[in-house]
Parts: sequence; C-alpha cells; structure tokens
Amino acid sequence: MNQRIQKLRQQSLDAVETITAERARLLTDFYRSGEADRVSVPVARALAFRYLLEHKELCVNDGELIVGERGPQPKAVPTYPEICTHSEGDLSILHERKKVSFKSTPKTRELLLNEVLPFWEGRSIRDRIFREVDQEWKEAYTAGVFTEFMEQRAPGHTVLDNKIYHKGMLDFKTDIAASIARLDFFGDKEAVEKREELKAMEIAADAILVFAERYSQKLSGLAKTETNLQRRNELEKMAEICRHVPAHAPRTFWEALQYYWFVHLGVITELNTWDSFNPGRLDQHLLPFYRQGLADGSLSEEKAKELLMSFWVKFNNQPAPPKVGVTAQESNTYTDFCLINVGGVTATGEDASNELSYLILDVIEEMRLLQPSSMVQISKKNPDRLLKRALKIIKTGYGQPSLFNTDAIVQEMTRQGKDIIDARLGGASGCVEAGVFGKESYILTGYFNLVKVLEITLHNGFDPRTEKQIGLRTGDVKDFSSFGQLFEAFRKQLHYFIDIKIKGSLIIEKLYAQYLPAPFLSILIDDCIANGKDYNAGGARYNSSYIQGVGMGTITDTLSAIRRHVFERKSFSFNELLRALQNDFKGSEAIREKLLNESPKYGNDDDQADSILKLVFEEYFAAIDGRPNNKGGFFRVNLLPTTVHVYFGSVIGATADGRKAGMPLSEGISPVQGADTNGPTAVIKSAAKIDHLRTGGTLLNQKFTPQVLESEEGIDKAASLIRSYFRMDGHHIQFNVVTADTLRQAQRHPEEYKDLIVRVAGYSDYFVDLTDELQEEIIRRSEQTME
Amino acid sequence: MPNSGLIYDIKKYAIHDGPGIRTTIFLKGCPLDCWWCHNPESRSREPQSRKNLRPQKSIAMFANIPQLVGVRVSTAAVMEEIRKDVLFYDQSGGGVTFSGGEPLLQADFLKSMLKICRHENIHTAVDTSGYVDFSAFEKVLGFTDVFLYDIKLMDDALHRKFTGVSNRLILENLIKLQEKNVTLRVRIPLIPAITDTELNLKAIISFLKNETQYKEIDLLPFNQMGESKYERLDMEYRTGPLKMQSTEEIEEMKALFQKEGFRVSP
Repeated sequence: MNQRIQKLRQQSLDAVETITAERARLLTDFYRSGEADRVSVPVARALAFRYLLEHKELCVNDGELIVGERGPQPKAVPTYPEICTHSEGDLSILHERKKVSFKSTPKTRELLLNEVLPFWEGRSIRDRIFREVDQEWKEAYTAGVFTEFMEQRAPGHTVLDNKIYHKGMLDFKTDIAASIARLDFFGDKEAVEKREELKAMEIAADAILVFAERYSQKLSGLAKTETNLQRRNELEKMAEICRHVPAHAPRTFWEALQYYWFVHLGVITELNTWDSFNPGRLDQHLLPFYRQGLADGSLSEEKAKELLMSFWVKFNNQPAPPKVGVTAQESNTYTDFCLINVGGVTATGEDASNELSYLILDVIEEMRLLQPSSMVQISKKNPDRLLKRALKIIKTGYGQPSLFNTDAIVQEMTRQGKDIIDARLGGASGCVEAGVFGKESYILTGYFNLVKVLEITLHNGFDPRTEKQIGLRTGDVKDFSSFGQLFEAFRKQLHYFIDIKIKGSLIIEKLYAQYLPAPFLSILIDDCIANGKDYNAGGARYNSSYIQGVGMGTITDTLSAIRRHVFERKSFSFNELLRALQNDFKGSEAIREKLLNESPKYGNDDDQADSILKLVFEEYFAAIDGRPNNKGGFFRVNLLPTTVHVYFGSVIGATADGRKAGMPLSEGISPVQGADTNGPTAVIKSAAKIDHLRTGGTLLNQKFTPQVLESEEGIDKAASLIRSYFRMDGHHIQFNVVTADTLRQAQRHPEEYKDLIVRVAGYSDYFVDLTDELQEEIIRRSEQTME
Repeated sequence: MPNSGLIYDIKKYAIHDGPGIRTTIFLKGCPLDCWWCHNPESRSREPQSRKNLRPQKSIAMFANIPQLVGVRVSTAAVMEEIRKDVLFYDQSGGGVTFSGGEPLLQADFLKSMLKICRHENIHTAVDTSGYVDFSAFEKVLGFTDVFLYDIKLMDDALHRKFTGVSNRLILENLIKLQEKNVTLRVRIPLIPAITDTELNLKAIISFLKNETQYKEIDLLPFNQMGESKYERLDMEYRTGPLKMQSTEEIEEMKALFQKEGFRVSP
C-alpha cells in the first residue's frame, strides 16, 4: 500500500459518521416549489433527483483518484424523508448512543425537525405503510413474528452487470428514446404510464450527466490552483475522465471505475436502497480494461492496484443510512452490504477466474475495510488455488472474503425459471442472496421468526409477551398425544402468519410502485427501459420477493427435545415442560439438563434431529415458494439472519432446547451455539440436508481457531472441507478465525481494537461497534471452536 | 472374530492423525501411563465415570451413557459413523484412524474394523504405542494402510519413569515391522524437557538410522490441551505446567532430523 492509499484509508477510518440535512433539505425545497404537482409521479421523482445532483455540494478529497461522495464529506449520511422521517428522539439517540452513532449539529437537527419533518410527516412511505397494512399485520409485527425491510429503506437488492462498461448514459438515452418511439398507444393501455416512466428515466440520465460535468469543472478549477505538479496532472486527468464518463462508454480502467462510482452515487442518492448498490463481478467487468492497459502501457499492475484501493475507500466512506424508531436494534451497523464478487463462471460456464481476481484479492487483504465486503465464488471449474488464496485471507481473521458455491447459485436461479446464461452472470449480494446481476429485483421483504411461531403454537395462538391472541386457536398442546399433532398445529400457525406477511408485502409493493418509482435505478436494470416500467413496479426481467426464515437451529432442537422427552420417553409432561419454560427453568434445572444434554441436536449429522429440520424447511418452503407477487414474479425463501436472531430471541421466552428467555436464536442455518459437538464435517452434513437449491441463499457460519489454518496442510484440508460442502450443494460458508482471548481483550480495551473486524452473520463488522449482546454471542461462538 | 469393542470417543475432521480429513476412533484401554497423556480417560479398560469431563458428544452410540466414558459398540455402529464422512475422505485423500488408548489391545476388534474399511476402500491408519505383543500387529498388518508409531524416549530408565513401561518391546516391534513391508510414520511427541531434549532426539535419530529404514517422521509439538482433563477427572497432572515450544525451537528440532535424511512433517 503506497503512501497515498495509506493516507486515504486512514482518513476513511478516522472520519466520523454524521448526519447531513443536505439531501432532505434540497428534496423538500423541490417538492415545496410546486413543480412536482405539475407532472406525473415518476417525472417528479426524476426532477427531484436532478435537483439534488444539480445542487448538492461537491467533494474532492486530498489525493484521491476516484471522486464523489454521497454527502458533503466522507461518512456524512443523508436522510430520506420520503421513506421515513427522523424525530427529535431518533436524532438524539443516534447522536449520543455509544455504538454506531451518527453525529448531527444543532443546525442539522433544526433543519430536519423544523423544515423537513413537518412536510413529510404522513407523506413518507413508512407512514403510508403503517396506515395501509392490516391490524393483524401490525400485531404480528409488534409481537416479533416478522420484520419489514421496506418501512425504512427502499427496495434495492440488486447488483449491476457489465452494461455500463460498454454503454454511456448517452447510449442509454438512445435506448430510452427508442422505447418511447415503440410505444403502442392504440394497443397498450399502459402506454401513457410507460411514456411517463421513460421520460423520467431520460431526466435521470441527464441528472447524472450534470453531476459529472460539475465534477469535471470542479476538478479543472482545482488543477489550476494546484501547486504540486504531479497532483495537478492527476486533477486534469480526472477532469477529463469526468467529461468522458458517464456520458460515454469507458475507455480505460480508471474511467471504468469512475463511471461505476458515479452510477453508485446516483443509486444511493435517488433512494436509500437496501444493500446500497454493488458492481458485482468486478474481476470480469474490469478485465478487458486491465489487459488493454497493460498491453498499451497506459496501466501497470501497481497503478491498477492503487486505483482499486482508491475505489475501495469510496465504499467505506458511505455508511448505511441510520434507522429510525425502535428498529435500531435490528441491524445495528454501519455496513451497507456491498459485496464484491470474485471468481465464478463465465456466460458459457467456463472458469472465470483470472489475473485480476488475484489482484483484487490482494487489495481486499491489504485494505481490511468494512466496506466493500467481498466474496469468492467457487465453482467446480475454478482451480483450488483460488479457494486457497481466499482461505489465506480468511485465516488472518478478518471475516472476509466469504465463500459461495457458484454451481449451487446457478441451479437455484434456473430452478426459479431464470435463463442459465443470466444465472451464470449473477452471483450473491447483501449477505448471501443469489441473484441475476443487472436483470433482477430480488427483494428481501423481512425476516420471519420461526421460533416465535412455535411459541405461539404452544400457547394456542396467544403471544405471552404482548399478551394478545394473535394466532389461530390450534388447540391446547396439553391435549396433544403425538408429535404429529403438535407439528400440524405449528404448520397451521406458520401458514397463517406467512399469509399475513405476504399480504402486507403485496400492499407495500404497490405503495412503492405508486409513490416511489426509481427512474435512475431503472435505467441500469434490464428490462426496465424495454418494458417502459419502473424497477419498483416490476420493470426488471426477474422479480423475486424473499422472506428470510430465522432460527432453523433453535426450532429444530426445540421440536427435537419435545419429541424426545414429551412424546417418546415421556420424561415429563407438556404441562411440566410449559411450566419450566414459563419460569425460565427456575426450579426446573433437571428438566433443563435433560433438554440440553439428552436430546438429539441439529449440527451433529444425526438424522433424529436433522429430519425435523427438513420437516420445518419443507413446510416453510411450501408456505411461500411460488406465490405470485405484484411485479410478475414470485415469493421465495432464503435462510439468513443478519443480526436479527438477537432481536428475535429477545421477544421469545425460554425454549425447549434449553435456551433461556431472551437469549439469541441460532443464526442462519448454523447450529445453536454449542449444540454441535462433532466438528465441521458433521455441521456441514447436517446443513446439507436442507435442499439449498430450492432457496435463494443460506448462511452457514463456522468458527475455526487460527491454528487449524496455520499450515499449508491445514489450508488444504479446509479447502477439501469446503469443496465437500459445495459438492453437497451447500450455498455459502463463512469462517470466523479469531480467538476468544483476542475478543475479550478487545472488549476490555476497545480503543486498541478499533479495526478488529469479525464475521457477524453474513457480513463483517467492527467488533467494538457491536452491541454487548452480540459481542458476548460472538465470544461464546469463538470459545466453542474446534480444537 | 469379535464384532464389538470398547471405544470412548469419535473425532471427526481429525486433521493431525494422518493424511487428509479423517475420522479418529478412540479405543479404550492403554498399557502405558504417560505423564503427559492427553487422554487420561483412555487408560482404563473399563467404562468409567465422566466426573467433570465435558458433556458427552451428540453421537448416537453415546446417547444412552451420558455419565460414562467408554461404551461397548458393534463394528456396525462404528462403521455407520465412519461412513458418514466418506465424501470428505474422498475429497481430501483422508480416511479413518484408530487411536487410543492402545488400539492393538483390542486387536481382534480392530482387525474386524480394518477389514471392513479395506473392503469399502476407506484408507486406514493405526496410531499405536507399539507396546503390545507382536502377534497383535500380525493380526492387523495385512489390513492397515499406515501405522502411526510413537517413539517417546530412548533412555529406558526415563521411559520407565515417564510412561510406566520399558521401551524394549516398542523398539523391537518397530524393527520387526520393517520386515513386514508396512507403511509407517514414526511420531515423536515433543514434551518439553522430557522428550524434546537434543540428547533424546539424537538418540532416536541414531536408532532409526542404524536399526531401521523408516524415513517419515511426525513431530508433535506440545500443547496443554490435556491438562484440564486431569482436573475434571480428579487426577494428578504429574508433568506440571510446561512451556510450549516456540516455532523456532520446533524448526531446530526438525532440522536435526532433516539433516540426517528424514522427511519431517509438519
């Protein structure tokens, strides 16, 4: 890492997360001006977007090679009042809280509270959602049966393909014009709406051109006053780059990166889309520019690395937009889930890894930043050296890159009816979500608390925490004489709550389609232009809506313990068990002992437990998969938790796997912490009993002590372990390689461990930023690593 | 031929007991009494109380003995566990390792297991102290892919002191085995100031060079993982606190062997 990058990296690490009122104020000014009232909703959104990019402050950081920030300076995060508004309480919590704080000045708070809040209150999508959804939805939501992604952030969950590397915005404008020209006003009842949407895309394309032009002028201006000759040349060069892209297709490596970055800023300025945005298969997209640059002498390996590193810093400068209300606990992190993909296969199914894949891995290893996060796609066609290179980064303990099974991802997508070539050009984003890059909207609608549904089933539809009858009356479990009866009751409750969740999502989809189109994002995702339809209204080629099941390990072990002790061995009655659970096992230690130590548990390659896992998965899948959404696509399942297993655990009393009230649930498809006693092969075998190919992603976390990966031989064996999991169609695996000792040290001396990054669940985060509960959980996990 | 044996543990993803990813089956009972033994619960030839050892692993064959170390199991039950990880063996060039205790104390059971593995094309390793009648080796050597053979101390008085038995039988068996055309790796546990002394290592080298043709050596650096078990079992840990070797020290010991033409791992 050269001096320039060291400096930029340090600046990024040292920058303080702040809230800026800039975007909210400009947006409010625009909507107050009355211009929005004179045009259609999509055109108004596009004009607002242009207004933002015409007026937002520009930022060029000293020494950087890629320009553009979302806010006025690094880590200044705007708010999105059209989605949700921050109250005075929210702002002061964000300002003052010890971890993951966002500072705001009195001036910012005054602007947001006095000018922004009054205008958007009631108009924000969050307010609309809570007005439009059913009472049942609200009660289940409050009880913690599920969460809702779209109440604070816009649908995103998409990744860019290679289209910007051979098309400029002017080319996209030509496509848009052609699509308008093709509209059939006589035969197509939606032609007028389509014209409005396409006009909006045109305006949005102009907006990004204006933005780039402003940067070009600013850079020229800076070059004129720059006294350092080398920097002056760079600034002139950058000004020229910004004149060329994004208007035209990029000609060089540097232009390609700058173009992407403008597009990235456009997407995350237009709306606060989930999973920020993501260039996806960077080692594929940039390869032609890299090779050409090396061939004609305009680029060297060192220069390419420097440019990539400068690019990396830009991602790290954009933390996730801060939450509002009580949901802060749900996902308490600065990370915005941008996941760079390396490796995988080409359109025709060949090994796609190349020299740039390895260069990018070098960058990842040296930069050690929170964002962008990274993953390596491993297909059976990729060489072992790629996997081993990734493992050598993983063993340094920084939680990146994660490892994905390309062959499984492709099959998951083709099962969903996607074209195989589209599927091969896709990958995973966010935590572990499989998607077709550049052509799919794969929305995560919310997490679903499987264990809570069981708790409600055990109480005949009553939620003990909110003290409401929110579920069906499926019968008093004390009268059940078989495990089958219990599972049937659970099945009914599961379908009931899934119906509530899906109905809510259908309503929310419509609200976004109607009130918050995203014309800029729509330019980027096929086939919005061709269809004349917005990304949020089903314009993408593929439209998937996911509900993410949480607590697979906990629910398996819970049902397994009930089956073993209540029905098979009759160690105690349901009555006794329920009483023990109610009292959080106080006075029932013997019962807890049996539940903990004498029940088959998931994660041990034991079919007695794993058969229950399969039952639960099949029922969850049956309740969701293939049901139509409002965008011409379908609801699908995946199994990942981010950090919600902590929140979901906090709303559930003691469970029959021996878990105490309020403790976290298991995460992803990982076993309950401490329940797997037979090492990673057993965990992998158990996890592979789920049919991964019928999901859109699963998340498996494995903890290794550093010693396991110390030698070449250790790396070889870990590589074999991963290959074996992938042969069994496992979707994703991630290693946390850090000792409990180190983590304890970091708890005691957070100031010395500011850059310690650990794997949380599908993403990495600064250990010192995690809540105390999560820190404890990760320490517990680390202590149970294999010897 | 006995189709049951006494085992006390099964370890999957065993990565230090031979090539590739392995499953190690731990047979109970050992004639030695090594001060540093990692598995003090392995010595007795009978099932015993777990006392404060960690709770039993979730393996079906241990499900009914939550309070005990050691269970008599059928070859069929053990094979069922071994087969579960066949995919990993195939992928990594691994297999199964029979360890102990001293697995050759149950030579007939071991032979049954090895025969089934051979029949099913599963690579086998036998991890032995060598302190058994040679007839035990003769039973199994046609069915064993590799022996992992421990040499601890060359000085017989010290050997008696620290392991409870003489090393004569062990060294004799090692010499005899080479006439049987077996694949064998010599494993040396490096116990600080006991076995890892230059004197002892050089004595081992000269014995191996002069009396045998074995060339493959595994040096097993010391770790304290066994110590807490003594406490949990209310047993005395005679070795006392020992310092782990540094990487440099290990490298020096390794060099001693390499210099004399041995291939050393790790």
